[in-house]
Amino acid sequence: MTVESTAARKPRRSSKRVSAKKPPAEQTELVQLLTPEGERVEHSEYSIDLSHDELRGLYRDMVMTRCFDAEATTLQRQGELGLWASLLGQEAAQIGSARALRDDDYVFPTYREHGVAWCRGVDPTNLLGMFRGVNNGGWDPNSNNFHLYTIVIGSQTLHATGYAMGVAKDGADSAVIAYFGDGASSQGDVNEAFTFSAVYNAPVVFFCQNNQWAISEPTERQTRVPLYQRAQGFGFPGVRVDGNDVLACLAVTKAAVERARRGEGPTLVEAFTYRMAAHTTNDDPSKYRNEDEYESWKSKDPIERFRTYLSNEGIADQDYLDAVEAEAEQLGKRVRDAVRTMPDPDTMAIFENVYADGHALVDEERAQFAAYQASFAEEGN
Amino acid sequence: MSSIEKMTLSKALNVSLRTALENDPKVVIMGEDVGKLGGVFRVTDGLQKDFGEDRVIDTPLAESGIVGTAIGMALRGYRPVVEIQFDGFVFPAYDQIVTQLAKMHARALGTVKMPVVIRIPYGGGIGAVEHHSESPESLFAHVAGLKIVSPSNASDAYWMLQQAIECDDPVIFFEPKRRYWDKGEVDTSAIPGPLHQARVVRGGTDLTLAAYGPMVKTCLEAAAAAAEEGKSVEVLDLRSVSPLDFDGIQKSVERTRRLVVVHEAPVFFGSGAEIAARITERCFYHLEAPVLRVGGFHAPYPPARLEEEYLPGLDRVLDAVDRALAY
Repeated sequence: MTVESTAARKPRRSSKRVSAKKPPAEQTELVQLLTPEGERVEHSEYSIDLSHDELRGLYRDMVMTRCFDAEATTLQRQGELGLWASLLGQEAAQIGSARALRDDDYVFPTYREHGVAWCRGVDPTNLLGMFRGVNNGGWDPNSNNFHLYTIVIGSQTLHATGYAMGVAKDGADSAVIAYFGDGASSQGDVNEAFTFSAVYNAPVVFFCQNNQWAISEPTERQTRVPLYQRAQGFGFPGVRVDGNDVLACLAVTKAAVERARRGEGPTLVEAFTYRMAAHTTNDDPSKYRNEDEYESWKSKDPIERFRTYLSNEGIADQDYLDAVEAEAEQLGKRVRDAVRTMPDPDTMAIFENVYADGHALVDEERAQFAAYQASFAEEGN
Repeated sequence: MSSIEKMTLSKALNVSLRTALENDPKVVIMGEDVGKLGGVFRVTDGLQKDFGEDRVIDTPLAESGIVGTAIGMALRGYRPVVEIQFDGFVFPAYDQIVTQLAKMHARALGTVKMPVVIRIPYGGGIGAVEHHSESPESLFAHVAGLKIVSPSNASDAYWMLQQAIECDDPVIFFEPKRRYWDKGEVDTSAIPGPLHQARVVRGGTDLTLAAYGPMVKTCLEAAAAAAEEGKSVEVLDLRSVSPLDFDGIQKSVERTRRLVVVHEAPVFFGSGAEIAARITERCFYHLEAPVLRVGGFHAPYPPARLEEEYLPGLDRVLDAVDRALAY
């Protein structure tokens, strides 16, 4: 299997001076266990053996996530959310990788890991607070070992590395996974995270969803080598997996996580996928990418191919598929209702949790602002 | 056995770190050259030997990586004390400090804490090359979520570092590097005062000099010189830049009616500007003169041959004292 067979893309170049030569396709091996047509294939290094229940579970996870994501996009269009960063097309990468984890493992997400959050048991409505503008986070990271969404690109990879260094110091066999994207791979922080994790042999998996676009910039603007090959220069293994193949993502991540548990250090997983939606609801991809590319990736849809596989193998019948659809609709309705009734925070929340041990200036400004506000109430009486 | 000992400021920091490592197994020290070498100023001297490479960690040469991984360690329950080798090298970590460290507690709605101390040797006066003599405290004081302190003497160095490490908030701990070798008495069994409280280090009635870190000594010398001319100058060691002890400054200024703020950092948008504004608001009817500031210029820190002129020295402080008294 070659990259080109799953990644026929011809981004329009903004400058002819960009002349990075792509490596020959046959050099970039892609781990795949399920073809875009839904056919199960074997791989020499990675295998997977799941029960029918587990397989159906992966399907359900992906459908629920996609439905939630679509609902959030709709809510943004209706003005209920200020912004939404859709994960459309990346369901397999997120569900596959997240289902490779144990409860005691720790996840450091970007702001697009809605499928991972789902797998960690974070209530989907909690993810919407920051996009509605009622908080900047909104959940306790330690209740699901799922850190807060991080907006500054790549910052969380260092937090994950430090956390993993702590895990190793504790003598625990938990693993840590850091999510990031192709754009983040250019950040200094990501490269420093690679360096630190390598020299300390930290139990961390770097899971890069290469969705081909950093807003309007194609991956060619970030790298002249396939991203997974970066790992070699830092001294740990890198592997490219078909990011639209939930089975391969699960198998590859599981192997990387187990390697971390054994104390063998970090792994870079590059999930080769595609951002089917805009960067966020504020973005207009028609300005920088063409329809052909979108269509070619549409034919590799992660959920379609998995449904085909489950149906063909008789693992899921139509009743099951219908039941999942119905459940997803219910989730959509629940999310819709929850967002529409989500209360605005109290004004004085501005001053809450600025410091854990308090700060005289915050106290002073809080009191002044409260008195200022109270003065209006008095006038009104 | 007496627990009072005379030691240099850098030794007091060393003893303080040793105490913290002994008292709390979650305390770890991270930084460039902090291990075998014991830091370029020897503040961590001998600690790796006694506490191991696991707790006194030589890091790769990457400041953002140091602070970013310290944040992750704090999330795991550790209390990292990181060293940035010199003031001018903190900027690669500025992003992690400002966008992550300072805001994590609020972002998590109070569910996580960030007990991270960032030690930074700062200030000039040692004849160093570029980026080794700066005073960037105001760049951090502007950021909510951070606490900023700077000791001026060995005793405060010991105790304020203890308190910074015990604090559940991120603390930027600015160490006055040209005072590292100044000796003072440290009582390790004393009960320290609050971390963010200013202290009157010389009483006076005509004017208040407010300073922190390396400038406290300069102000004490200025006050002594002024006394010879019959002027009674009070010196206030602010100790903390965020929060600033405005109550303490106000109390002093209400008595002396004149205030001069001194720091090495550039005057423009410096902590002196904030003090001048707030004290003018609080003490408008007490003031006999506008609040004056003495500090660095709006120019890059000069090459070492010029730093004596650039830094606020005895004469420039006395000049400001005279100007304030002339109103």
